[in-house]
Amino acid sequence: MEKIPILKMGQFLLVTIQVDLYDQLAENLEADLVNMVNKTNARGVLIDVSSVSIIDSFMGRILGNIAMMSKIMDADTVVVGMQPAVAITLVELGLPLKGVYTALNVEKGMELLHSKILPTEQNLEEDDDNDARSSE
Amino acid sequence: MKNEAIKIFQKKKSNILEKWMTLQLQDEGLREDLISNEDLRIQSEELLSSFISTLSDANIEHVSIDDFEAVKDILSSISISRAKQGYSPRETGNFVLTLKEALLNTLSEEMKDPEALYKQSMFINKIMDNFAINTFETFIKGREDVIYRQTDEITQISTPVIRVWDGILALPIIGTLDSARTQVVMESLLQEIVETGSNIAILDISGVPAVDSLVAQHLIKTVAATRLMGAECIISGIRPEIAQTVVHLGIDLSQIITKSTLASALKTAFTILKLEVNKKQIVKHH
Amino acid sequence: MTTMTPVVLNKDSMIIAREQDVVPFRNRVKEHAVRIGMSLLNQTKLITGASELVRNMLKYGKGGIGMIEILSKGRDNGIRLIFADNGPGIPDIQKAMTDGFTTGKSMGLGLPGTKRLMNEFDIKSEVGKGTTITVIKWKNG
Repeated sequence: MEKIPILKMGQFLLVTIQVDLYDQLAENLEADLVNMVNKTNARGVLIDVSSVSIIDSFMGRILGNIAMMSKIMDADTVVVGMQPAVAITLVELGLPLKGVYTALNVEKGMELLHSKILPTEQNLEEDDDNDARSSE
Repeated sequence: MKNEAIKIFQKKKSNILEKWMTLQLQDEGLREDLISNEDLRIQSEELLSSFISTLSDANIEHVSIDDFEAVKDILSSISISRAKQGYSPRETGNFVLTLKEALLNTLSEEMKDPEALYKQSMFINKIMDNFAINTFETFIKGREDVIYRQTDEITQISTPVIRVWDGILALPIIGTLDSARTQVVMESLLQEIVETGSNIAILDISGVPAVDSLVAQHLIKTVAATRLMGAECIISGIRPEIAQTVVHLGIDLSQIITKSTLASALKTAFTILKLEVNKKQIVKHH
Repeated sequence: MTTMTPVVLNKDSMIIAREQDVVPFRNRVKEHAVRIGMSLLNQTKLITGASELVRNMLKYGKGGIGMIEILSKGRDNGIRLIFADNGPGIPDIQKAMTDGFTTGKSMGLGLPGTKRLMNEFDIKSEVGKGTTITVIKWKNG
């Protein structure tokens, strides 16, 4: 069975989607990721979609599910590198990707995740949600 | 072939060509700067040969335009290229109308029986008029192509994305924002965000005459798409009358960062990026 | 221009029976879209819409046939997709075309969302006989 590799990078998990996901593969990814979050105690999940040319409502639902499930286990999900055409299409389709954070690339996604973890341990002054862009 | 006119045309082909050429060259409006006499002769001869060889007993009486596809193709390509070269409609039309004159002229010289001459002339008239209409249609189409190309260019030109700061883009929108325009705006803005890795985009609508619910929808969509990419989008240039209409129409812009001027949008962008702009040597914090 | 009827230049079709057919069908649509020089954004909209409709057909119509037609109208080219199934049909089309309505466990934006991605959208359905959805995306639309 084909699998999408999940990399552990410190406190975070990184998934790079490079093929068009057919449904079973996407559902497997959802299950694998949630298990990995649990096993590694990850604080954040980065999903790199920069080589994904299509996100339909099925894929959107999978991304939303991952975010919600991770959130319950105290990990934030950032979708990074979405292509312009995909973003415009998602908006036109009416898919809000609720609960999913977004960033331009993996690096900025990492920064975002760090800033999500730190404020709880740092002073409240730094805690403005300007950096945290929810896609709603 | 029983038709007399066709026989005459076949026999007198070179004669007709000469007549036609003379008529064309007589025209004062002939654009010798755009086409040489040789080229004109080649075009004319090609068209005439194709026309005469297509004529048959059947199609001369009941103009079946499908038969003349080849002739029309030649005519179309000539009139399209003329439209693009800047010929006037009159010059283009004259090409086919002088052929009609040459054909009718030849018929009247060769046919003795007035009744037969009248009948054949009517046939030729009908066919040639059809060609003339076709010529104008394609001529206008050629011109339209030029207009469409220019429209595309204007749309591209009218959406400049400006890098106002490292990580901050601005896009001033001037003119009405319809859905086609929105698509171009979104595409160029998002593309530029990817290329520059910018975190913030400012959409300035000072130059948009009116914001109705449709335009607001387009703005909201653009902001949503920008956020999906992982960047923030600020709308600036909200004039008082725009604020009024937005509220009266019951449009909810509360999820969007809106500013009245580009300057204040830029200030907000600086705050988001944790940047500070200070006057030199003046230490003044609040 | 709108009164002109489009001319079909080329036809292609594929039987959609399983979830594994979704991606190959999408790729087939993409091939045709690339061939007529459709812009990347319109391609993405078309293929995403196609994906929604194929999934719909699998879920509600138990599969069917997906047809791809290359159209030419005036100075524009485009792609027409026809999805025909022999499923149970849709009793209330208007309701199915409302944002947020769903009978399955999806998010209920399949049909209205897809309509927004296309230039033309037509749906015909007969209860007990099946549903046919026809969409068109123009190259410059």
